[in-house]
Amino acid sequence: MGEQVTDLPLLTILIAVPLIAGMLCLFVNANAARWVALIATLIDLALGSYLWAAFDPNGAQWQFVENLPLAGNISWALGIDGIALVLIMLSVFLMPICIGASWRAIDRRVPEYMAAFMLMEALMLGVFAAQDLFLFYVFFEGGLIPMYLIIGIWGGAERIKASYKFFLYTLLGSVLMLIAMIYMVIEAKTTSIPALMAYDFPVDAQKWLWLAFFASFAVKMPMWPVHTWLPDAHVQAPTAGSVILAGVLLKMGGYGFIRFSLPMFPEGSVMFIPFVFILSGIAVVYTSLVALVQQDMKKLIAYSSVAHMAFVTFGLFAMNQQGIEGAMMVMLGHGLVSGALFLCVGVVYDRLHTRDIDKYGGLSNNMPAYALLFMVFTMASVGLPGTSNFVGEFLSLLGTYKVSTWAAIVATTGIILGAAYMLWLYWRIAFGVARTEGAAAMTDLSMREWWLLGPIAAGVFWMGIYPETFIRPFRADVTRVVQRLERAAPAGDSHLTAGKPGTTPAAHGAEAH
Amino acid sequence: MNQFAPILPELILTVGAIVLMMVAAFGGQRSGSLVSWASVAILLGATVALVGPPTQAGPIFGGLITADLFGSFGKVIIFLTSAVAVIAAHGWFERETEHGAEYSVLVLFTALGGAVMVSSTSLITLYIGLELLSLSSYVLASYRRTDDRSAEAGLKYFVLGALASGILLYGISLLYGFTGTMNFTGIAAAFERGASSLGLLFGLVFVLAGVAFKVSAVPFHMWTPDVYEGAPTPVTAFFASAPKVAAMLLGARLCIEALGPATEAWRQIVIFAALASIFLGAVAAYGQTNIKRLLAYSSINNVGFALVGLAAGTPQGVSSVLFYMAVYVVMTLGAFLCVLWMRDATGEPVEDIAALSGLSQSRPAYAAAIAMFMFSLAGIPPLFGFWPKLLVFQAAVAANLVPLAVAAIVGTVVGAYYYLKIVKVMYMDEAAPAFARVRQPVQGALIFLSALAVSPFGYLLIGPLQSLSDRAAVSIF
Repeated sequence: MGEQVTDLPLLTILIAVPLIAGMLCLFVNANAARWVALIATLIDLALGSYLWAAFDPNGAQWQFVENLPLAGNISWALGIDGIALVLIMLSVFLMPICIGASWRAIDRRVPEYMAAFMLMEALMLGVFAAQDLFLFYVFFEGGLIPMYLIIGIWGGAERIKASYKFFLYTLLGSVLMLIAMIYMVIEAKTTSIPALMAYDFPVDAQKWLWLAFFASFAVKMPMWPVHTWLPDAHVQAPTAGSVILAGVLLKMGGYGFIRFSLPMFPEGSVMFIPFVFILSGIAVVYTSLVALVQQDMKKLIAYSSVAHMAFVTFGLFAMNQQGIEGAMMVMLGHGLVSGALFLCVGVVYDRLHTRDIDKYGGLSNNMPAYALLFMVFTMASVGLPGTSNFVGEFLSLLGTYKVSTWAAIVATTGIILGAAYMLWLYWRIAFGVARTEGAAAMTDLSMREWWLLGPIAAGVFWMGIYPETFIRPFRADVTRVVQRLERAAPAGDSHLTAGKPGTTPAAHGAEAH
Repeated sequence: MNQFAPILPELILTVGAIVLMMVAAFGGQRSGSLVSWASVAILLGATVALVGPPTQAGPIFGGLITADLFGSFGKVIIFLTSAVAVIAAHGWFERETEHGAEYSVLVLFTALGGAVMVSSTSLITLYIGLELLSLSSYVLASYRRTDDRSAEAGLKYFVLGALASGILLYGISLLYGFTGTMNFTGIAAAFERGASSLGLLFGLVFVLAGVAFKVSAVPFHMWTPDVYEGAPTPVTAFFASAPKVAAMLLGARLCIEALGPATEAWRQIVIFAALASIFLGAVAAYGQTNIKRLLAYSSINNVGFALVGLAAGTPQGVSSVLFYMAVYVVMTLGAFLCVLWMRDATGEPVEDIAALSGLSQSRPAYAAAIAMFMFSLAGIPPLFGFWPKLLVFQAAVAANLVPLAVAAIVGTVVGAYYYLKIVKVMYMDEAAPAFARVRQPVQGALIFLSALAVSPFGYLLIGPLQSLSDRAAVSIF
């Protein structure tokens, strides 16, 4: 099977289904809106699965390509490579779960809520599928509006502040990228992303362009020190909002790096490797330590997200096959695991209405099934072999090690610290005796909650035991990125020269064994 | 007759306005509705009459005015927005038990002044057009003469406007004195001939200051919030659209046709005005509690972005200005039409932003329309307000003004805050008492159409609008 299996504009349909469903939601009552949203997300899941099945890993780089030029310099150009494909899969997989998680938890203004989620899904899918620079920007930036509303309307007590912070922070990051995009379009005279990926920008300009894109993606990722919007947004957002935020929105930052920064500005990227490594190193250590002392479950997981996303930047800027593949796998694994962890928090929050860790305890007594699943995800988050995160973290550490020993050492401490805060969290919640009466009286998972967490657990194991299913679609694309970087990077600066043991780390930490 | 064919739209407006003035004078209160709809018909007729000679005849009346696509582009916007302003006010003044008929006539005269402004190629016609527009505006601002705020607005506008006219006239006399001609091409030739003398530079600065007053660019914006707040809401809506477009296009033509060779001289002025407008418009709007004042600052902010395009001084830049103004008037008029519907349970107009609280629950469609206008004014994609902003930045970057573009775009983030605030009030706050229902199908349809235009469907308009604004921009180079 290849890209020629159908002439249907599948990607457009993929984006249109939630859009239409979102419109429909506004005109029906609460219960109907829930069903409309669920059915639409399931249709998208089916479409996404079909894309996955029909995608030919050995075929053309860009498949399911559509191009409808609008006038001016924007066109409705869609198309996916393996990298986009797996991220689209992640999105369509998490969306029905989000709708399910909101089934009972959201009881006011349900039609608008579902409409906002449907709009969110359409825009997210658009980000991964867009092949036109400005179209990408429209989708990328447009996602702020529904998320702003989701946090601001259905969020917790401090929701207004969190929604402003989320919106303005990410907007400030993104607008600088827009100026860079304008410059690129004027310079290269095209808005096509595939064409720009092959265009060689002047090295001087690359530096600035890279920084402008970095401003946007670093905020989105988020990287230390521009991560401060994330804990607020996560804590205040409703459960499903947190899931989609951690599961998909953060991945847009990583996707941006791999789609734009690395292939479009190879020299620029190489120049900033030490910078990225330092920031990522601080993120791993510092945010892990911060996560250790959190009393709020959601905040703890939010900080752990920042730490985990640092593995992504480590892997990406290692600029070798292992590193980038590892970064992709961390993104996928973290998308599942952090989403699942937020769902787990949501499950107990729905019962006890507090996120304070001290209010829980001993849940393995009265909620054995919950404790079991929670443990699976805790172990996955720690990076236990056999779970999804192990594959990604191992690969990205391997890639990093090939470039800089020091960076790898610092990054590895993150795994140890990660084990510390996650296991401690699990211990405080699941073991011992219940600290409050409410916690002791909580009932185990309902059938609906099984349906939410079960598929993610299956995904986590699948990814951990047979990752090849997921790596195969994007292996060739990662190779293309690596080749692009090799050709442009100054010799011996950014990658391992094999077979010369004994070299010490250079100023850039470039060569090491 | 040849000379008159290109000014057919202006002739229609002149004759129509005079006739309607008589009808209003003798018809009294009863004629209000008739005059309104007749004015709309006249404005639409004038728009249709733009087809043909008025777009291509070139300089006429010895170079006093010109009939080109640039002017016609402006006239289409001015006539149509004036028509919307008349419709928006329909029923408003009757409800206020005041005489409404002259309102439409004054709008016609203002539109005529605007039409003269955008096609003038001589300082003297420029001044005549500007004064016709201004004098009608002063009367419009104080239209509700029994209302203190309205009277104050009119007086303020008049005093400051007269000062600005004086400055403009002084600048015109300087330019005339140092070049010996009133004609734009003659002035351009004089600038090209010699190193620009101090007198010429002073003339340039004064003329631009006069124009800046009319577009309410910082630092000549002081009148805007007060006048916008005090004037009756339909008048405010009108002020924010047609006169602004006329002045902006006049400024563009003046800068390119008359002062083109002195681009380096005026560019710094325009850049300063642009950035100052963007940031002051954004920051000063923070504390506002009155929606009309807030929209006044929003208009200052938006003018700043249009000036960014002008600062480029290229055909691309002018084209982006035209595009920007076209989209800007749709967003602004849409927002003001929504404000016109803000009435408490007794039917009294309210202007407090707090009155919008929880609107999304009582009137979801209405709230969604306002939210769309706000996000669009803020320039957040996927709404259409994003595209003109992109175009002006593109023009600025293409003209090597990257720092300007960066500064301006950071300004959008600063400004986004107060647009978000309105959305927050409507969507996240506890419900305030619901507004009285208004039954105005025509206004409702206009709101719907403008909301549709700023929605992502607006991107389908890029093609025609872009080619039109490109051709219009080229016609003045």
